[in-house]
Amino acid sequence: MKVQLVKLAHARSGDKGDTANVGVIALREDIYPILVREVTSERVKNHFKGICKGDVERFELPNLGALNFLLHESLGGGGTLSLMTDAQGKTFSTALLRMEIEITPEEANRFAVS
Amino acid sequence: MKETIRVAAGQGFWGDLPDAPVHQVEDGPIDYLMLDYLAEVTMSIMQKQKTRDANAGYAKDFVPLIRRILPACVERNIRITANAGGVNVKGCADAVREVARDLGFAGKVKIGLVTGDDIMSRLDEFLAGGMELRSMDTGAPLATVRDRIQSANVYLGAWPMVEALRQNAQIVITGRATDTGLTLAPLIYEFGWSATDWDKLSAGTIAGHIIECGAQASGGNCQYDWQNIPDMANVGFPIAEASSDGTFVITKHIGSGGRVNVPSVKEQLVYEMGDPHEYITPDCVADFTTIQLEEAGENRVRVFGVRGRPATDSFKVSISYSAGFKAVGTLVYAWPDAFAKAQKADKILRERLERLGLRFDQVLTEFVGANATHGPLAGPPSADAPEVQLRVGVRGSDRASVERFTKEIAPLILTGPPAVTGFAGGRPKVEEIVAYWPALIPKEVISPKVEVLET
Repeated sequence: MKVQLVKLAHARSGDKGDTANVGVIALREDIYPILVREVTSERVKNHFKGICKGDVERFELPNLGALNFLLHESLGGGGTLSLMTDAQGKTFSTALLRMEIEITPEEANRFAVS
Repeated sequence: MKETIRVAAGQGFWGDLPDAPVHQVEDGPIDYLMLDYLAEVTMSIMQKQKTRDANAGYAKDFVPLIRRILPACVERNIRITANAGGVNVKGCADAVREVARDLGFAGKVKIGLVTGDDIMSRLDEFLAGGMELRSMDTGAPLATVRDRIQSANVYLGAWPMVEALRQNAQIVITGRATDTGLTLAPLIYEFGWSATDWDKLSAGTIAGHIIECGAQASGGNCQYDWQNIPDMANVGFPIAEASSDGTFVITKHIGSGGRVNVPSVKEQLVYEMGDPHEYITPDCVADFTTIQLEEAGENRVRVFGVRGRPATDSFKVSISYSAGFKAVGTLVYAWPDAFAKAQKADKILRERLERLGLRFDQVLTEFVGANATHGPLAGPPSADAPEVQLRVGVRGSDRASVERFTKEIAPLILTGPPAVTGFAGGRPKVEEIVAYWPALIPKEVISPKVEVLET
């Protein structure tokens, strides 16, 4: 079944030049493997279609139950060059949490999400 | 040697809550107050101020702040590390010295100055010597923007500050120093950590990273359970309570608002993160995948297990250069069909700009209330939306074109779709763009200088 990522994770985002970073953190330790399985660079790149014009890189932080994504060429030039309201990528965090991922009914039951 | 050292964060950026450092000093025990004033483009703003007034070019707010907190800091031996010096460390230190004398602390307070970060006057020497100073973002050599450069500063690390503390400076003022160095320096000094103890240097660096954005580690901008974070009006800024073994606890003063817990610290750890295996500073390369966190009481998170690797042989340079002009205009359209009206207005405006033959590198339209933050992910806005703000920005090297754009916004009120308002602020301002050029430079060509002034 499909659930929105916001039910399983929290996040914070920021910028480095024209690259936005989104750190996605599992709400519980045992949710982290699902993030690793479902929230791949390809899916994140596809999710941010029309927003992220460059590559998406993913890094794993099992110690924090978190994934870090770098979304290159996403901030209209970045820094002071950008004309965007969100030139610093601060709201990319919840934009990623809109993503729908696939979990099993057992997992939905275990994490009490629907 | 004290068992633990409490380093308190007082500012997350230049313009953060003015009373936060005062509360850090007055509302509970601390040993050090660290104040981060410099964002990436702050140096260029300060450079401009210094060009107009030789006594300016540093964080002016720092001086009245010192006036408020110095008596308590002297009484309780709280020492201060701040990168408030901007492009005029000496000017900042002189102003602070005046305040100290004024308060009757002549001869009792030493002020440390760290300089050597400003390489503006040496750029041509470096370029002539074959250094390219390529942009870490685009790979382009610095020569392509040489005539438009406004400032160039190396990010210095913790060690020059350590030297100033060893010479008994109560207040250490730097120019462009890393945010993390402001926290790491007191720990190196107090615990006598060696320059090659990479794990401990990395731990101190991570402590710095967690507290350098102020309340962003203690409940601010925290998505986890944000509705229930208590007393944010009285939010306590974070404190790193460090031990000599390189472990530390993130906490805040008892009685302050906000919240420090594992989720709030995790959110700050991933903020502005690149490759977590290598968080590179002048002092070490910290590995964020080694960090362990555990709850250690109310509003206390213990951080341990940090590993790190040797520092690299480069410093990062922060260069700013003039990159054209921009302006942003907005109007608000009301129900019914607010979004359709705003879209129509945008179409009319663009057609007019086109007919005027104006030249821009970029024209960006956003509809606030519909897609300004999440773009197409937000889906189509409701036809019943109470209002939508049209927000159009332009950018280009031709100032006259940008100037003319600013005169085309207000006329839309009388010459475009109906039920429109929101123009009380007058014409949009034309802004000169000062862009950021990060580069690397070999450490061996840079010589940080430390000086300690008597008061």
